[in-house]
Amino acid sequence: MANIDARGLVCPMPAALTLKAIKSGEPKEIVVLADDPCALENITRLAETSGYRVSSTKDGDEYTITLKK
Amino acid sequence: MKKVNWTVVLAGIAVGIAAVALTALGNPANMGFCIACFLRDIAGGMKFHSAGVVQYIRPEIAGLVLGAFAMSLITKEFRAKSGASPVTRFVLGVVIMIGALAFLGCPLRMIIRLGGGDLNALVGLAGFAAGIGVGVVFIKKGFALKRNYSMGGVEGYILPAFMAVLLLLAVLVPALFASSESGPGSMHAPIIASFAIALVCGALAQRARLCTAGGIRDTILFGDLKLLWGFLAIFAVVLAGNLFLGKFKLGFTGQPVAHNDHIWNFVGMFVVGWASALAGGCPLRQLILAGEGNGDSAITVFGMIAGAAISHNFGLAGTAKLVADGGGVGLNGRIALIACIAVCLIISLVNLPKAQKN
Repeated sequence: MANIDARGLVCPMPAALTLKAIKSGEPKEIVVLADDPCALENITRLAETSGYRVSSTKDGDEYTITLKK
Repeated sequence: MKKVNWTVVLAGIAVGIAAVALTALGNPANMGFCIACFLRDIAGGMKFHSAGVVQYIRPEIAGLVLGAFAMSLITKEFRAKSGASPVTRFVLGVVIMIGALAFLGCPLRMIIRLGGGDLNALVGLAGFAAGIGVGVVFIKKGFALKRNYSMGGVEGYILPAFMAVLLLLAVLVPALFASSESGPGSMHAPIIASFAIALVCGALAQRARLCTAGGIRDTILFGDLKLLWGFLAIFAVVLAGNLFLGKFKLGFTGQPVAHNDHIWNFVGMFVVGWASALAGGCPLRQLILAGEGNGDSAITVFGMIAGAAISHNFGLAGTAKLVADGGGVGLNGRIALIACIAVCLIISLVNLPKAQKN
């Protein structure tokens, strides 16, 4: 499992960090914290093309994006 | 074939139509919608530089920012946030503008010029893509301009308010500003049309996250074509519009507000591409993000305005004539572009994660 804190980072950095985690050995689960709406959209597309299922929750301005194999 | 994102395509079509329409209504040819040119005209209008042919408070800039501002309020995406290396972003704004004005256009105008048949823009596109490619190498290594933080509400309203007040003053007290009597700055669509068209484009660009640099960046970085569709839509609409209006002219020579100094067209847009990748978006995207309350993008926009003044005050901008007629990028501009590459390299290196710097 990999945890990424991408809060305060704007596109494309949150998705780039997620890509790095995916490439580091394809963990079964990746959890990304982000607060940029673009990050949610980009990570969702990245996850789908990388074979992950995506779910997300929103708490205030923050998103918790979970990618699962 | 990957799924087409129709929101981005729609935004691209709207921007393309706007570019053709604004040109037909009076904006300079192949310059219906150029963020760099229009910020330069605004810098001139405020007398930050004295290039008499490029001075006018362009309503399109206020329209784009306020359109994005309104849409972000409607979608509840307006966030006042800042603090991610603001001074570095100001410098990147300056660098972007020096590169764009050497080429004579931002990435959006580069697409518009391509749609008009200007092959010099193809050289610019090659440089732009190469610059983004270099930026992506550093992004892959972990480059980031640190984190932003939530600010008090006022911080996010400053740039939209600045643009609104500027436009209002230009309409109500025009004598405050310089206004070109000849050249590109003297050519403009009616204020209401410029503002209204840009307002719609700003709102759509906010919704679609339209970014000319992002299209190429995400394709290289993730194989994600979403934003590239917007880029292609703008090109297709401008091309079709120019063919329909009989304004398409293929070639390197006889192109409006352009020069054929190939190496420096390439280098100018290389600088724009690299700096845009580092700043997180092209000049259009910076305006849109600033409208959404992003203070770091607002700083980048102010940097671009300062960059326009620097370009013209120090003779760095390209001259819109054929090289054979004395056009292109002069010695000062060439030295400045090399300095801009050095600045991009330093910014790229010092913002890598610590373990990557050695």
